[in-house]
Amino acid sequence: MSLKADVMLDAKGLACPMPIVKTKKAMNGLTEGQILEVLATDKGSKADLAAWSKSVGHQYIGTTEDGDVMKHYIRKCSNDAVVEKQYDQIVQLDELAVKALEGGIILDVREEAEYAFGHIEGAKSIPMGELETRMEEIPKDQVIYVVCQTGRRSDLVAQKLASSGFGSVFNVIPGMTEWNGEVKTSL
Amino acid sequence: MTLTKWTAAEVAKKVINNEELFILDVRNADAFADWKIEGHQFEYLNIPYFELLDGVEEILSDIPTDQPLLVVCAKEGSSVMIAEMLTEAGRDAGYLEGGMKSWSEHLEPIKVSNLTNGGELYQFVRLGKGCLSYMVISNGEAAIVDATRMTDVFINFAASKQAKITHIFDTHLHADHISGGRQIAAQTGATYYLPPKDAEEVVFDYAPLVVGTEVKIGNTTIAIQAIYSPGHTIGSTSFIVDNHYLLTGDILFIDSIGRPDLAGLAQDWVRDLRETLYNRYRELSNELIVLPAHFMIIDELNANGTVSKPLGDLFAENHGLNIEDEETFRSMVTDNLPPQPNAYQEIRQVNMGKITPTGEEQTEMEIGPNRCAVR
Repeated sequence: MSLKADVMLDAKGLACPMPIVKTKKAMNGLTEGQILEVLATDKGSKADLAAWSKSVGHQYIGTTEDGDVMKHYIRKCSNDAVVEKQYDQIVQLDELAVKALEGGIILDVREEAEYAFGHIEGAKSIPMGELETRMEEIPKDQVIYVVCQTGRRSDLVAQKLASSGFGSVFNVIPGMTEWNGEVKTSL
Repeated sequence: MTLTKWTAAEVAKKVINNEELFILDVRNADAFADWKIEGHQFEYLNIPYFELLDGVEEILSDIPTDQPLLVVCAKEGSSVMIAEMLTEAGRDAGYLEGGMKSWSEHLEPIKVSNLTNGGELYQFVRLGKGCLSYMVISNGEAAIVDATRMTDVFINFAASKQAKITHIFDTHLHADHISGGRQIAAQTGATYYLPPKDAEEVVFDYAPLVVGTEVKIGNTTIAIQAIYSPGHTIGSTSFIVDNHYLLTGDILFIDSIGRPDLAGLAQDWVRDLRETLYNRYRELSNELIVLPAHFMIIDELNANGTVSKPLGDLFAENHGLNIEDEETFRSMVTDNLPPQPNAYQEIRQVNMGKITPTGEEQTEMEIGPNRCAVR
């Protein structure tokens, strides 16, 4: 299967170091938050792409394998100044499990690929970019816990929901990057 | 500045001749921590290649100018790129042809000694993996013990000595590397021997290697005598060659002893291991020269690159042979064992003939150190 990506790079048949060299170049053409899908056959590319992403601050999401072809997913992140979070109704990540038992919806606003490689069981997926068109899928009479990777996207979404008439909206911080509980995958 | 291609054989010479070398290893930190090219006088810097894509200027001051510089990666490509960048920055740099893959597969044949009536004994040192194989040559015939899968090396070496390979032995069913015994036998018509107790699941024909199996190589009197010595596996067998050399397989190493857990029966085999090391071997002459199937650390190499030591020295110095209390011994060889070798279960399946991976898959399976011992 293929997960949704903004740009696809075909590095099949290329040996190390070319998959990483090409990925680095391709990444320059992406804007922050976009996802690059890298097709590669070099077995070492998985460990190297994960380590490279970490070293430069991009988010390595995961790798699927389809026969000999690996599909790597990386989300572009910039190391620019940390944006202040605006929305003041927050829930700490480690309190989320307890809070959610009382009802409410966990809304995961990360991209499809990020969600696919690991999300909290029962979380509903609506990527931030699809919020406007899919807002009617979110019930207005329930508590909404908005979660993303680091708490930035969920901050924006929480603001948007609150100003769109949702009464009880919380931003979950810090986000999935710190989540130690079980995750479900949908690959 | 000059860019030089180094072969694994040239690096092996640096190890054996105790020479200096500065290695810039551009693999992942994890891969470097797992295994690297070991040398007595080698120095290392590990910076993954993908952290150097924008240039090598920042690391130039960390690379000495008074030693040869070798850039190493997994297969070769990244090391060529980084070595080229270094030469453009004004340094002489080499890269390892074939990367760690070729290092893992390189065999260095070193003569252990002459034998009676013009015979010779060679040890094939696989520096990158710590495997040791043996060839006994006498009067136009050769026997091989614990051959690795680089079969051409053995076949070509025997040919260079005008010797026909007639007998091939594996001391046990290996779990850390793929045996070349069956393939060499198929190519040369030699007889391939395995201990039957290790071979219950193998799917090919073999000659049973049992106590008292004795063969003569050439028409002279070089005897290869089998001794049952279980413990690492239930079938593990040692050999006495020419009444002077004790090939211990994976039971006894220079600075460590065999681990009993790789076939899943650690608790059952501890007693066998103890019996072999503390009783059977004690009955042998202390003068015998021990030749194991592995080494763990570079310090186990002798000055000429071989790995060997008199049995009497090992009884005095090897910690694993000097644990009086049986319970302490049991605990040492069954608790807190080091990680098992990479893909060891699949490797056993290959050596039983149950699966036949491609060459590239075999390389992947054998990547990393061998880890057959406990210290």
